Amino acid sequence: MINYLYLVAEFFKTGLFAVGGGLATIPFFYDIASRYDWLDVSTISDMIAVSESTPGPIGVNMATYCGYNMGHSIGGVAGGIFGGIIATLALVLPSVIIVLIVARFLEKFKNSTLVNNAFEGLRPAVCGLIAAACFDVFKNACLNLELYKSSKDIAAVFDIKALVLFAILFVLMRLFKKLHPIFIIIPAAAVGIVLKM
Amino acid sequence: MKQLFQLFLVFARIGGFTFGGGYAMLPMIQNEIVERKKWATEEEIMNYYAVGQCTPGVIAVNTATFVGSKLRGIPGAIFATLGVITPSVIIITIIAALIRNFLEYEAVGHALAGINVAVAALILNAVITLWKKGIKNIFGFLVFLASLAYSVLTDWSPIFVVIAAIAFGITYGSVKSRKGGGKE
Repeated sequence: MINYLYLVAEFFKTGLFAVGGGLATIPFFYDIASRYDWLDVSTISDMIAVSESTPGPIGVNMATYCGYNMGHSIGGVAGGIFGGIIATLALVLPSVIIVLIVARFLEKFKNSTLVNNAFEGLRPAVCGLIAAACFDVFKNACLNLELYKSSKDIAAVFDIKALVLFAILFVLMRLFKKLHPIFIIIPAAAVGIVLKM
Repeated sequence: MKQLFQLFLVFARIGGFTFGGGYAMLPMIQNEIVERKKWATEEEIMNYYAVGQCTPGVIAVNTATFVGSKLRGIPGAIFATLGVITPSVIIITIIAALIRNFLEYEAVGHALAGINVAVAALILNAVITLWKKGIKNIFGFLVFLASLAYSVLTDWSPIFVVIAAIAFGITYGSVKSRKGGGKE
């Protein structure tokens, strides 16, 4: 029982101090692994891989996986399910409380020139951050930088299958603006399996 | 009550199809929340993302809490947040309990390679939409370029971009209103 309390306390702390999204939680998991025997470093790299290959926010996936493992070690499958749920709730609780406070604050000051000017600067900056994220995902999905480093052949950089798929999907999205992203993601997964990408 | 369930369901759908973290969620948010349900504007979503960069926690969760609280106060925030985390909790629990060798299946790797391409195309599309709404003058363009260069060239925290952008926005706004000769 006491282990569940530690679990909740650790994930609450992670949720409270990991600023900047899911990947910011990873250093906290290494810290937890160094202090408790229910999490070890090799599990963390598994967790990162599983989290990145399943849908959902990475921080949440990590909390559920970690909570399940810990709970399973003391209470079997039922203990695991319970551990996964409480670890996840503990992770999101601090940000829900903080965002509620910030939302109230923004509502109160929404006519303030100062706050509006701040957002006037923030919106293009956020746009830049997301463009950078896009560049990273593109690099990962459509280019073979490792292959280029080993072969030094410039043509090897381009993953032709991925680039063609990228172009087709992008044109589809521009043509059918209301198309739900799910109808882009599922066919892409099927193409990936068929073409062994 | 009906809207609370809608909040839960819409965010569950978003959570269930977001591969790769908070930014990958943006195309879904634009499609479901801005275009279909009209629960928030493109500008508001950008504001939430900006705030999400400097408040603790997962960005997807922060955005869900913001949208839920804007619509239905604290109950709305709770339903939207539970919605966005429920699919991951179920999927991860199944993987942890039953398919521990999930990553060793060859098809999983191939499907993910395809999904990553789709996510790149989706985010590019989202950036184009945001660009139209968020960048209105040369000042905005320069802030965009600086923020893009910072994130591509360094791996430092985005918080510094957010702080600098706030300072620039406030300075630019006060200079502009002074030049405007007391229009406000």
